[in-house]
Amino acid sequence: MRHHTGMGGTRAMFRRIWGLMYRHLALYRRSWPRLLELGYWPVLNMCIWGFTSSFLQARMGNPVMMAGATLLGGVLLWEVTLRSQMGMSVSFLEEMWSRNLGHVFVSPLRPFELVLALVGMSIIRMMMGVMPAVLLAWAFYAFNLFAIGPVLVLFFINLMIMGWAVALGVVSLILRHGSGAEPLAWALLFGMAPFSAVFYPVSVLPAYIQPLAYALPSTHVFEGMRAALLHGEVRWDHLAAAFALNMVWLAGAALLFNRQFHAARASGALISIGE
Amino acid sequence: MNAIQVDNLTKHYGEVRAVDGISFNAPAGATVGLLGGNGAGKTTTIAMMLGLLIPTSGRICILGHDMARDRFNALARMNFSSPYIALPARLTVRENMRVYGHLYNVARIDQRIAALSRDLDLGAILDRPAGQLSAGQKTRVALAKALINRPEVLLLDEPTASLDPDTGDLVRTWLEQYRAESGCTILLASHNMAEVERLCSHVVMLKRGVVVDRGSPDELLMRYGRHDLEAVFLDIARDRRQAVDA
Repeated sequence: MRHHTGMGGTRAMFRRIWGLMYRHLALYRRSWPRLLELGYWPVLNMCIWGFTSSFLQARMGNPVMMAGATLLGGVLLWEVTLRSQMGMSVSFLEEMWSRNLGHVFVSPLRPFELVLALVGMSIIRMMMGVMPAVLLAWAFYAFNLFAIGPVLVLFFINLMIMGWAVALGVVSLILRHGSGAEPLAWALLFGMAPFSAVFYPVSVLPAYIQPLAYALPSTHVFEGMRAALLHGEVRWDHLAAAFALNMVWLAGAALLFNRQFHAARASGALISIGE
Repeated sequence: MNAIQVDNLTKHYGEVRAVDGISFNAPAGATVGLLGGNGAGKTTTIAMMLGLLIPTSGRICILGHDMARDRFNALARMNFSSPYIALPARLTVRENMRVYGHLYNVARIDQRIAALSRDLDLGAILDRPAGQLSAGQKTRVALAKALINRPEVLLLDEPTASLDPDTGDLVRTWLEQYRAESGCTILLASHNMAEVERLCSHVVMLKRGVVVDRGSPDELLMRYGRHDLEAVFLDIARDRRQAVDA
């Protein structure tokens, strides 16, 4: 008697997505170093910038307090982007390192379902990585990220989407060029940090760099964050720009992924990926 | 009815013709051997059948699904095993089975795992990490993964490579049983000619990307005037003799 697999339905789609997520969650369940690593860098960053901020406040008094708050807010929100991107890229790399992609790609899992599973893992990894740092900021540096208000949710969403777009670009390049493109998973987003106005306003940047900065969704989020923290206002113009740019970035990344996946199937790179 | 139909399949990498216009089919319920030396085009052919590689030209139809347009519906009804593709080493055998049970939308996964565990003698290793298994155990686990969805078409690349004779025989016996009970169609790429003689009702011989001969093992033995397929294989590989009726 055959099992009825009933493929094609929505339930089957969600099971396939869950199947790939379960594979990664099972890995974390039995590996405390992996769990520890998730929160290690965000907490370390928070320690460094938290103490720096405390030191400046002690030396210069209250005027620096708000600047310190925007600094800590920048650290935490940048971690949201970074952990979202890394969560997706590293989950894909885990498949490659375990030489499991051959089995995954010959299963009924569609490429878009693979991406959705990676997005799911990215959200879980980001939350597990960033939340300890948020708690640390509140407990030790009296910085409450949630004081920004409900608009924080929109900041999070925008930064996560940007992280996924960058990660999808990285995965696309790994699909096409194999493990040679692996370092991009760690380096690419760091290269965008100076132009994202994470710790300083865009006006600090030279005029000829500012258009580049405004082409990054993250820049609009951090400008919005400063407006919320310093003046208590919600800059809907920046939020709208961030959403619009994210849609463009995501569409571009999806197009790139689709093309590179097809190219990898045509060239045979999918067979030898990771070698 | 053919479960597998391959027509004029070609794969070129620039000037290199890895597969050059091959055609073959596998009737439903048959076990077909795909034989050839290294570089003959077996792995490339299997990769195209699995949708991992896009053919330069030609057509592959599996269980009535055109692999160029409808591969995911075919992939849900087939499976694949190769000792050269690993399962996540840090996950236990049971966790790996669950992952693939979900990917293939298998109903009552735990019951299915228990049945496969019984059939392939995996009970003692179900909760051990896949990376800590011996070569023989890994091969049995890979086979269990390939059978998790009760495939109607099974592609096997060297299923008994690196197995001791006892375990190899156990796997071959189980494959024979599974095919007889389920009516599954098996495509077997192997360098073990005794295995091919035992399991396959039909053989396709590849050399440098083209089909150089085909037929049942008995037909090939008769055609080449040999007593075993290994001698036939060597005749073809080394261009020593032509088939008697060629």
